[in-house]
Parts: sequence; C-alpha cells; structure tokens
Amino acid sequence: MSNDQPYVQFKNVQKSYDGVILVVKGFNLDVAEGEFITMLGPSGSGKTTCLMMLAGFETATHGDIILDGQSINDVAPHKRNIGMVFQNYALFPHMTVAENLMFPLEVRNMPKSDAQKKVQKALDMVQMGSFGQRRPGQLSGGQQQRVAVARALVFDAKLVLMDEPLGALDKQLREQMQYEIKHIHDNLGVTVVYVTHDQSEALTMSDRIAVFDDGVVKQLASPSELYEKPDNAFVAQFIGENNTLRGKITSIDGNDCRVDIDGHGEMIAQAINIGGVGDMTTLSLRPERVWLDPDDTFPNVFEGKVEELIYLGDHIRTRMTVCGHDEFIVKIPNSTDHKDLQVGDTTKIGWKVEDCRALDCTD
Amino acid sequence: MNSSVKHSNPSVMVTADGVPLMVSLSRAKRKAKIRALLLVTPLFLFILVTFFIPIASMLLRSVDNEVVEETLSRTVPILQGWDQTGDTIPDETVFVALHQDFVDGYREKTIGSPGRRLNYEKPGFSSLFRKTARKAEKFEPPYQAAFIKADKKWGDINYWRVLKRESGPSTDSYYMTALDYGYNDIGERVAKADDQSIYVDLFGRTFWISFVITSICLVLAFPISYLLSILPAKSSNLLMILVLLPFWTSLLVRTSAWIALLQQQGVINDMLVWAGFLGDDNRLAMIHNQAGTIIAMVHVLLPFMVLPLYSVMKTIPQSYMRAARSLGANPFTAFVRVYLPGTIPGIGAGSILVFIISIGYYITPALVGGQSGTLISNFIAYHLQSSLNWGLAAALGAILLFAVFALYILYDKIVGIDNMKLG
Repeated sequence: MSNDQPYVQFKNVQKSYDGVILVVKGFNLDVAEGEFITMLGPSGSGKTTCLMMLAGFETATHGDIILDGQSINDVAPHKRNIGMVFQNYALFPHMTVAENLMFPLEVRNMPKSDAQKKVQKALDMVQMGSFGQRRPGQLSGGQQQRVAVARALVFDAKLVLMDEPLGALDKQLREQMQYEIKHIHDNLGVTVVYVTHDQSEALTMSDRIAVFDDGVVKQLASPSELYEKPDNAFVAQFIGENNTLRGKITSIDGNDCRVDIDGHGEMIAQAINIGGVGDMTTLSLRPERVWLDPDDTFPNVFEGKVEELIYLGDHIRTRMTVCGHDEFIVKIPNSTDHKDLQVGDTTKIGWKVEDCRALDCTD
Repeated sequence: MNSSVKHSNPSVMVTADGVPLMVSLSRAKRKAKIRALLLVTPLFLFILVTFFIPIASMLLRSVDNEVVEETLSRTVPILQGWDQTGDTIPDETVFVALHQDFVDGYREKTIGSPGRRLNYEKPGFSSLFRKTARKAEKFEPPYQAAFIKADKKWGDINYWRVLKRESGPSTDSYYMTALDYGYNDIGERVAKADDQSIYVDLFGRTFWISFVITSICLVLAFPISYLLSILPAKSSNLLMILVLLPFWTSLLVRTSAWIALLQQQGVINDMLVWAGFLGDDNRLAMIHNQAGTIIAMVHVLLPFMVLPLYSVMKTIPQSYMRAARSLGANPFTAFVRVYLPGTIPGIGAGSILVFIISIGYYITPALVGGQSGTLISNFIAYHLQSSLNWGLAAALGAILLFAVFALYILYDKIVGIDNMKLG
C-alpha cells in the first residue's frame, strides 16, 4: 500500500436511524496505516455509530467507507477482517479463554497445531499465558479485558476497533491498561480506531483524536494540538479544564483582537474562530496559563478576588472572581515559595495573548 | 473460660468472651431462622395437604388390595393351604369359611366390594358374588355343593386361582394392566395380545404427541422470543401482551374457538374450499383427531415456551453475536456456536415445562382429541369417573409420575438442572 493512500477512509458518511434525525452528519476521516485514532465525544454524539459502521454492524445511510482502497459498504462484517474489542468484552461465556481465541482461527479453518501456537502467543502477549483453560467468568475485569484484546488480535487483523474497552474498569486498572494497549499498538503496528468519552484516556493513547459533538467532528488533531490550540469553544471545554469568558469584539488587528467583557475590562486574545467587530465571542484560557503577580510584559492584567481554595497536592485549585465572572479557575503550582493566598484576598493575575484564544460563541 | 482454655484448643474459634464462634453464630441466627420457618409454614402445610398427601395416597391405592382380605377374612387364611397348581377346587373347609364370610358380608352389605375388585381380574366375579350373596343364608351343608349349585362358576378352578392370587394385602395387577400385562390361566405373567393391549400404545402416543407439541412450540417460540428480546421495550411489551393473551382467556373458550375454526364446516375449511384449494366433498379433518389435539395444545402451551426462552435471551448481550461476526464467523456459524449455546438453559426449561404439562394434559384432548387424539390422562379420568377402577387410574397416574421423574433426572444428567432458567 502506498503511503499517501489512507488505510481507512470515511467519505462524507451520514447515518440516520429514523429518517428524521441524522446522528452522523457528514463524517470525513482519513486514517493512516498503523495510526492510533480516537473518536472522542459525549454519549450520543455519534462516535460509536461511526465505529459500528466501520465494523459493519450498521449501514451508512449515505457516503462511502473505504478500507485499504476498497469500499466496504456492501461487505458483510465477517468478511471485513477487522478485530473488535467491545465495551463489556463480549467473551463467549461457554468457552474457555483458549477456545475464545481459537474461535476466529477455527472459522478461518486454520490447522489446529498452528492455531494453538498463535493462541498461546497472543495470550502471552497480554500476560495471560497460563489462563487458557479458565472460563471468562472466572477472570477479573482487567483479565477479561486482556483476553478480549488478545482475541481481537489473534487472527492478525490489521485494523482493530475498540469501543470504550476500559469503561468498566476502575481508575487505576484503566490507566495501566491504557499503557498496555498503547504498547501493543506500538509493537504490532496495527491500526487502531478507539472510541471513548474519557478525554484523558484519549490524550494518553492517541496519535490523533476526532472530537465528536452532535454527529459532527468538531476538530481532528493530535492530543497536544487539541489541548493547546482548540479550534472552537466545544473542544476547548471538552478537553481539559478551561476558563470561558464571553464578550463582544471591539477591534480586530491582524491575528489579535480586543474583547470587551461586559464592561469589566478589555482583553487581548488570538483571533481564531470569530465573526467581525461587534460579534460575541468565547475566550478560552487554560487555568495553568494564568500567572500571579505578572510583570509589565503581560498585555492582559486583571484583578482577581479569591473565592475558594482547593488543595490538590501538586497544585492548588483557586476559584476567583475576575471581570464579574466568579468561575475563573487558576492553578497555582505547589512550589516551595508559591504565593500563600487566603479566601477574600485580592491579587493581580495576567496571561499572554497566545494563551488566550477567541473562539466561536455557541449560543 | 479464661485465656488458657483458648490457647489449649486453638482450632476452635471463640468470641471475645470465650464462647465458641459456632455456638454464638447459631444463637445470633436463631431468630432469623425461626422467622423464615414461620413464613414458609402456611404454604408448606397447604402443599402437604393438597399435594403430597394426595400423591402418597394415590401411590398407595395403586397397589392396595385389602378389600378382599378384609371381607373374606375367614376364607383367605384357609385358602393359603390350597394348591392352585393342582386341578381340584378347594375342599369343604374353605367353603364353610366362605359361607360364613358371605353371610356376614351380605348382612353388612360389604360383599359387593371384593366382587367388584375381582371382576377387574376376571369378568364374572361381580355377578357371581352378588348372586351368591343373596342365597347364601339359606345354604345347607355341604357348602361346596350348595355354592356350585347356586352358581357353577364356584366349581371352575380358574375363579379360585384368581381369588387366591388376589387375596394378599397388596397387588401388582393394576400396574400389570397399566403396562398391558395379564395372567394366564395358570397364573403366569404374560403380555397381552396386541388387540387387547391399550395402555402401552397410549403411553407411547402420549409421549409422542407431547414430543411433537414440544418441538412445534420450540420452533414457533424461538424466533418470537428472539424478536422480543431485541426489540425496544415499548414494542416488546405490546408483543408480550399478545403472547400472554391466551393466558387471560378461559381455556374452554379457546378450545371451543378451535372447534369452530377447525371443524369440517368450520372457518378454515370454508375458506380453503372458497379459495379453491379443496373440493367441497374433500374437506380436511382437523379436529377430533390427533391434529386437533396438537394444534390446540400448541396454542395453549406456547407461552410456557416463550417465557423462559425470552428471559434467557434477554440476558444474552447483542455484542456476543457481533463479536462472533467480527471474528470472522458467518451469521449461521455465529448463531450455532455462540448464540444457541447461550439459549440452552431457556430451551431446556421451556421444553421440559411444555413436555411435562403435555403428558398430563386433560381438557383439550378430551374436547378436541376424538379417538386418535386422546391421551393417557383421558383414560385416567375415565377410570376415575366412569369405570371407577381407581386402582388402575392410580397405577396409570403413578407411571406418569415416574416417567416425569425419570425425565427430570435425564435432563439433569444432560443439561444440568442448575442451568434451567424459568424467568
């Protein structure tokens, strides 16, 4: 396969269940071979539907899905050769772990001795080598998860789909499995399309993330770009913590613009996704990019009144009232000589233009 | 109790004040146990009185034979000395005792009962006893001659052989009849001739029809249960009401409706004739035969198959089939290898339920079964209500009961009773 041709391609795919509402509205996505792509979004945003269309369990109402240069719209699910890990693992309860892994090889008529070697190899890969004779019901959630991953990989699928595979695990195990899945992906070089609603999971694992909302991809970018340079207010809100301030654009000057916050003051921000002068905009500012007691080089300097302090160990989450907005969050790193604030104190805060992004106004 | 005691026996766990843990635990649980027992008691008594005692009495009745020994209390002991394999009838001593028994029995109006009982074994006993009893008071010795003069059957050795054979406190003759066995003239057990055997064929037919009904129910219920299990709640509830609708209609009404539908001048035949599939002189016989029994009973019993199947299928996540498909199995393989094994508990529960209800079903075959569609239960009812041969009815019922037990054990061996799921 040539490098410039995407391995998986969604071309203007639409999906409706009832003929009235589109749950996926014109979805376009190119996935390169070996890439780890995550579809991230709140529940009901259409991400799972897209995954199911790729797997073949839902048919696209309109548009094309292309796998390795072939349109697979009319290919039955069992002929697509796509591995899949389901939310609740979907291990067959009446078969042992080894039989579960044998299943895809048996239906492919692989000779038994070869199949057994492959099964053992796949189980070893997920550190479950000695569990072949157990039944799924005798395994813990994390172990079942490993088996499910091994089963999706044992028949050498080049594309593996994962539908919120870690949703049922507790936090610690989930984080551990994230790294393991990531390592397996790196070692095998398979293409992974991953669905989750957990943004930290998406940031940890993915090469690129498609952020879904209401059937539309809001932004498709690498984790760092999504976090640092959100294109719109939804992505800024959805990924990580974010201060949103709404105001009216008073002037635009090249890449920068001035925004008036309800008469409380004027802020200078990067003009990313705005209308013209006089339109409303949403300013997005990460809490960790706010400085206490800024020097004169900061173009945005305001007063903040401390409303609430939450001690979180590595940082202190401080809620302030800034420009009449009382949900303004500042993260103060817990360094040796950090400023000791008390509730009710007033302090100067400031931020740089490149950290403050003027985005679309959602309502 | 002190600490040295605790140390001396470390294997017994004790509480903080030295009471053995088991004692303390059972003390703590006693109240809960008593309450549980009290909650169960009313139902247990009800079941005892209405279920276990009647069944026990039925099982007893199927072998009970005390009536002969009781009524002919003088004759029976003496008769034991008579050699039934010889070719002479009993001597005068037996007839003396028999005379006494007849005189007393006639006075106390009990002499008819052994007659009726023995008549099941050999026709003629009933009239023999009635006829003799009326005259017995006027008999003069020698009684042997007087009895034979009153009815010459008393001189027939075969009657005496039967009387001796059936004089014990219990009998296997009901079971033998129920299994189409009988005694020949010299008292050996032999299978009845084909033209006289009824019950084995009837048991066979009952099991066969029940099997057919169970199979049809399974074939019909499987798809609808599957549909019910995957539909959204709103539509599946409506469908479920339709499935359960038969439960809310009187059995008699439903069965009568089938008669109206299926009879030769009925709706279905009329429509087939009207549509030209059948000639008017060629109408299908669908009622008062086996077909009628099967159709009507499938209708009655279908919910018993749907409910357990549905409850099992509902617990099978759709992702299993999807997983199987994504792993490369075509729809058929995925169904057979992954979905079907998951439904076994439901299939087992539904089948055993329908089968067991079928083999004991009475009202529908009685109404629409005709000659070829009657089941063993109809004969049990006949013997209870018309022929009044309760012993035989009990034996037939007991065989049915044992068959169900056997089936249950077989099922447990094959599927495992723990796997059964009824809802």
